[in-house]
Amino acid sequence: MPEAVPIRRPRQVTQSALLGEVKGLVYEAGGKRLIDAVDLNIPDDSRTIVMGPNGAGKSLLLRLMHGLLKPRAGRIVWNGRELDSRVRLEQAMVFQRPVLLRRSVAANLRFALKLRGRPADDEIDRLLEEVDLTAQANQPARLLSGGEQQRLALARALATRPRVLFLDEPTASLDPNATAAIETIVQRAHERGTKILFVTHNLGQARRLADDVVFMNQGRIEEHTPADEFFDQPKSQAAIDFLDDCLVSH
Amino acid sequence: MQDFGGAFSLAFSLVLSADPSLLEIILLSLRVSLSAVLLACMIGLPLGTLIAMARFRGRSVALVVLNSLMGLPPVVVGLLIYLLLSNAGPLGWLQLLYTPAAMIVAQTVLIFPIIAALSREVVEQLHTEYAEQFRSLSVPTRQAAAALLWDARYSLLTVALAGFGRAVAEVGAVIIVGGNIDHLTRVMTTAIALETSKGDLGLALALGIVLLSISLSVNAAVMALRLTSARFAYA
Ligand SMILES: Nc1ncnc2c1ncn2[C@@H]1O[C@H](COP(=O)(O)OP(=O)(O)O)[C@@H](O)[C@H]1O
Ligand SMILES: [Mg+2]
Repeated sequence: MPEAVPIRRPRQVTQSALLGEVKGLVYEAGGKRLIDAVDLNIPDDSRTIVMGPNGAGKSLLLRLMHGLLKPRAGRIVWNGRELDSRVRLEQAMVFQRPVLLRRSVAANLRFALKLRGRPADDEIDRLLEEVDLTAQANQPARLLSGGEQQRLALARALATRPRVLFLDEPTASLDPNATAAIETIVQRAHERGTKILFVTHNLGQARRLADDVVFMNQGRIEEHTPADEFFDQPKSQAAIDFLDDCLVSH
Repeated sequence: MQDFGGAFSLAFSLVLSADPSLLEIILLSLRVSLSAVLLACMIGLPLGTLIAMARFRGRSVALVVLNSLMGLPPVVVGLLIYLLLSNAGPLGWLQLLYTPAAMIVAQTVLIFPIIAALSREVVEQLHTEYAEQFRSLSVPTRQAAAALLWDARYSLLTVALAGFGRAVAEVGAVIIVGGNIDHLTRVMTTAIALETSKGDLGLALALGIVLLSISLSVNAAVMALRLTSARFAYA
């Protein structure tokens, strides 16, 4: 009997286990179709990087998938469940500009933990350590540096123990050191099993983090491929232009 | 009729000696106005927060009404409360007319629109900033409201102080429903009005000095709160 030969599958996004599914998603505002019939399969347990030129609709797509905006049409399903407020409890989002409570660093974390019913001090300590803010625990959150504020926002997001973590250009206004710190935390969260959906303009960052890349342009998804494939052989002209622009500007 | 210089020296000696009848009037003033502020906050803060956070039909009408109520003339409020509380009025059986309670009610009515309108502004600004983050965290409405009020605490305290400043300085409402009865309903402003008309300028001036210093202290407190909150980035 011939030995079973393991089938070598090309690493394709659509064939891994599915975490989320977006079908026919449409969003309109101001009389314009800003998200135009988007279909997207989100693989489980991966880091999906969303790229695309300014105004492509990346932020809108993330907000729609997180339920912060109501789509005009289409379906969003996570783990086989239609997106609703229950599903959103298992998700968290980090925005480009962190919105922190006018309280201490520790109190910001306590607020999030309390929402999920476990405001334990050792949990706060663990999170502070995780994002290296132990020394700042009692400082007013809004007096932290930009990088520290974003780390706190990330810790607050992780405090809710999300299955899916959305990050919308979280390092866009940070210097390289602060950016690296954020990437490390995101990376660790991913290793613990959090699904990452990360919007970035930063090509280096995308290369460092991406398992697969979603490329958006004018409200549509032009490509969704494994990262190597996207960076080495982008298919659409828009993606080629975009990558060229990135190289020029960095 | 006292001469001017005499009035001033009498005023200062009344203040410096902490004259008992002067103190009685001041304490009643503070009691009435602080109670009114407390009640007005209990009504105005939830109302302001509700309008700040909710989107409902007629919201802009509510805003216009609230903002116009801010400028209610005290005498009109006094008259309305008088009509309510007088023996023939619907609340006449409470027998509150010409008591401190009636004055508290009148000042509460006078300043709760101020508390509500100003706190609406403060809370709405913060709500705009927090809304998306709160939605992302799935913060229940009640907890969101509590968080907004807490995070706006410094600004809201200045709102309360503004209400107190208006209450303690108004005369029209308390004179109508309180009647300026000695040892019972005589407060600083009504006493000033009455003593001046009687020619007792010393007491009037003494009360005027106290009223001015209260108003100064309130403004200093507001300023200090602003600076503190800005220093700790709570602004
Ligand atoms: N509420 C809105 N009304 C009108 N246009 C909007 C609104 N929100 C976003 N847009 C537009 O939609 C497009 C996509 O926005 P966005 O998702 O923020 O782009 P990006 O890919 O840069 O994150 C942009 O052209 C933006 O101006
Ligand atoms: Mg964006």
